[in-house]
Amino acid sequence: GANYPLYIRSTPTENELKFHYMVHTSLDVVDEKISAMGKALVDQRELYLGLLYPTEDYKVYGYVTNSKVKFVMVVDSSNTALRDNEIRSMFRKLHNSYTDVMCNPFYNPGDRIQSRFVCLGRAFDNMVTSMMIPVC
Amino acid sequence: MEAAAAAAAGGGCGSGPPPLLLSEGEQQCYSELFARCAGAAGGGPGPGPPEAARVAPGTVTAAAGPVADLFRASQLPAETLHQITELCGAKRVGYFGPTQFYIALKLIAAAQSGLPVRIESIKCELPLPRFMMSKNDGEIRFGNPAELHGTKVQIPYLTTEKNSFKRMDDEDKQQETQSPTMSPLASPPSSPPHYQRVPLSHGYSKLRSSAEQMHPAPYEARQPLVQPEGSSSGGPGTKPLRHQTSLIRSFSVERELQDNSSYLDEPWRITEEQREYYVNQFRSLQPDPSSFISGSVAKNFFTKSKLSIPELSYIWELSDADCDGALTLSEFCAAFHLIVARKNGYPLPEGLPPTLQPEYLQAAFPKPKWDCQLFDSYSESLPANQQPRDLNRMEKTSVKDTADLPVSTQDVTGDDKQALKSTVNEALPKDVSEDPATPKDSNSLKARPRSRSYSSTSIEEAMKRGEDPPTPPPRPQKTHSRASSLDLNKVFQPSVPATKSGLLPPPPALPPRPCPSQSEQVSEAELLPQLSRAPSQAAESSPSKKDVLYSQPPSKPIRRKFRPENQATENQEPSTVASGPASAATVKPHPTVQKQSSKQKKAIQTAIRKNKEANAVLARLNSELQQQLKEVHQERIALENQLEQLRPVTVL
Repeated sequence: GANYPLYIRSTPTENELKFHYMVHTSLDVVDEKISAMGKALVDQRELYLGLLYPTEDYKVYGYVTNSKVKFVMVVDSSNTALRDNEIRSMFRKLHNSYTDVMCNPFYNPGDRIQSRFVCLGRAFDNMVTSMMIPVC
Repeated sequence: MEAAAAAAAGGGCGSGPPPLLLSEGEQQCYSELFARCAGAAGGGPGPGPPEAARVAPGTVTAAAGPVADLFRASQLPAETLHQITELCGAKRVGYFGPTQFYIALKLIAAAQSGLPVRIESIKCELPLPRFMMSKNDGEIRFGNPAELHGTKVQIPYLTTEKNSFKRMDDEDKQQETQSPTMSPLASPPSSPPHYQRVPLSHGYSKLRSSAEQMHPAPYEARQPLVQPEGSSSGGPGTKPLRHQTSLIRSFSVERELQDNSSYLDEPWRITEEQREYYVNQFRSLQPDPSSFISGSVAKNFFTKSKLSIPELSYIWELSDADCDGALTLSEFCAAFHLIVARKNGYPLPEGLPPTLQPEYLQAAFPKPKWDCQLFDSYSESLPANQQPRDLNRMEKTSVKDTADLPVSTQDVTGDDKQALKSTVNEALPKDVSEDPATPKDSNSLKARPRSRSYSSTSIEEAMKRGEDPPTPPPRPQKTHSRASSLDLNKVFQPSVPATKSGLLPPPPALPPRPCPSQSEQVSEAELLPQLSRAPSQAAESSPSKKDVLYSQPPSKPIRRKFRPENQATENQEPSTVASGPASAATVKPHPTVQKQSSKQKKAIQTAIRKNKEANAVLARLNSELQQQLKEVHQERIALENQLEQLRPVTVL
C-alpha cells in the first residue's frame, strides 16, 4: 500500500531531507519485520520493533500499531543516554497520542496529522515536541 | 468593472490576481460585502485604506470610505491591509472591482487566521473574514459584522430551537431591541430551507433591521473584550447574510447574553440559556442525557455549523477531554459553546478553558428537568468516583463492572453501592423503596440508573422506555403477570429467605450466565443478587426485591436475565439452604421452585414477544427515517444545484 507519511517532524531542521529519506528507506526494514512476525500483533512487545538498523551516525527504531501504522524514530548515535526502554516509552506515548487523534471523528484515517491552518492533532504535535526537545 | 448588484456580483474578468476559488458561504458573504460597499456609494468599492493606491478617476468607484472602513473593521494592522490591497490587485488596476474586492476579503480572512498575506494563502479554505463593528443603530452603512452572519452562515439544526431562541431573546438585556427581535423570530418559520441557503425574502428584511439594532450593543460590549483597538466606525455590510438569521440570531443572542451577562471577561462561560439550548440540542441527538453522543453523530451535527473541518477537529480535541470518541453532555456543551464562540469570531483557545471543563460544567449546571436533581447529585459524584463513570459507559467497561461488582458487594457503602443499587433499583422500584435494607439509597437513586445504565443504542432506549411504564405499579403487575397471584404471595414470603440464602453462593457463578448481548444487564443481574445478598442478612423482605424482579419480567429484560439466574439459584437453594438465616423457611421453596420456573418461562416468553414488537417498531421507524433522509438529501442536492446556477460564477 501507499507509504506516505502521516506526520513527520525533525529537529534540528537542517538535514531534514536526509531524515525524511532515512525514514522512508527504513520502511522496508519495518515491512520485513512485520511480515516476519506474521499475524495480529497484540502484545506491546511485538508492536515495538526495536532497532531497525544502525548507521554510522544514527539509529533507527521502529514501531508498528495494531492497525499497521508505522512509527519510525531516528536518533543520533551520540545520544547514548537513550536506552531501549526509553525508546519504548516514547513509542508508547506516540501510540497513545495517535489513538487520541483517531478518536476525533473529524479525523479521517489516512489524513495527514499536520494541517496548515488549525492543527488537527495539535495535542499529538505538542506531545512529539515535548519528546524531541529533551532528547536533542 | 462595473459595480455588481448584490445577487449578481460577478467576479470573472479580474485582471491580475490569480483565479480564486470561493466556497458558497464565502461567495455569499463577499458578494454582499461588495454590494454594500458598492451600494453605499453607488459604485464599485473604492480603494481600501487611505494608504492604498489612488483610484482611477474614471472607473466606477465608491468613496474610499466603505472599503476602508471595512478593512479597518477587520482589525488587521495597517501594514497588512496595505499588503492586501496591493496583492489583490487594487493598486494595480487602481480600484476595487469585484475580483479585487473578493481577493482582498480572502486575504483578510487569511491574515486573520494567522497566515501570511500571500496569494497562495487564499487558495485554501479559510474562515470568513471577521469585521468588528462598533456601534450604532441606523447610521452604520454596513449591517452586522460578517462574523455574526457570514461566519454563522448555516446552522440548520437550529431551526428546531427557534422557540428557545425566542425565550432567549426575551431575556436579552437589550430591552430596546426586544420588539424588533421578536419579529425575526416570527419569520424563521417562513425560512425553513435556510439550510439550503435560500435567501428569505420576507423575513429577511425584518431580520436585517432587527439584527442591526441588536448587534451594535453586543459589539460595543464586546469591543473591550476582544480587541480594545478594534472599534472602527463602520462594519462591513453583511446584512444580506441574515437570511440565515434565525440561526444566526440565536448565536448572536447567545453571544449577547454571554457578553452582556455578568461575565464580561469570560467569553467561555456558558450562560443558563445557552446551557439549556445546548442540552436541548443534545437531547435531539441523544435522548438520554447521561449517555453519549457518538463521534459520527456529533461530527455530522457539528459539520452543519459550517466551520472548517480543521477547526471542528480542533474543537473536538479541546472538548473531548477523555479522548474516547464520544461526547457526554458536558463535553457536548463545551464543544457547542466553542463552536458558537468561533462562529462569533472568537479565536479558539489553546486549551479548554476552565469554565468549559466537564467537571465544572457538571457541577455548575443542574441537569435538565427530567433528571434534574438526581442526575445532578449523581454527576457531582462523577468526577470523584470513576466507577459510576464506568457504569455510565457500560459498553466499554462492562467487563470491568462485572469484575468490580463481586469485590464491592458486601463492602459497598458509598458511590459504588449506590451506583450498583441504582442499576438494580431500576428493576425494583416500589419494593426496593419499601425494603428496609435499602430504603434511602433506592429512593434517592431510583431515577438515576434509568438513564445511566443504558448505553445509547436504540434498543436499550426502547428497553428503558419499556421499563419505565412498569416500574410504578410493581405489585399489581406482579400479580398480573403471574397466573396465580396466591402462589406468588405465598411464594414470596417463604422464598424470601430461601432466595436470599440461595443467592449467597450463586453470585460467583453468575458471570457465565447465558446473557447474550447486554453485558450491562449481566452486571446488573449480578448486582442484584449481590446487593440483595448484602442487606439480606438483615431483613427478610429484601429478597422480595428479587421476587419483584420475577414478577415484572415482560417489560424488564433485567428480570428476564434474573429469571434464569433465579432458576439456577433456586435450584441451588435446597442445597445451600443451610447457610441462610431463615433456615426453617427454606424447606418451603422446594415445591414452589417448579411453579416459579414455569411462571418464569411464561414471563420470559412474554418479554421476548414484547421486545420483538419493540424491535419491529424501531426497525420500521428507522427505515422511515432513512427514507426521509434520502429525500432531504435529494432536495438539498437539487437546491444546491439551483444555487450554483444562480450564483455568480466562481472566480476561477
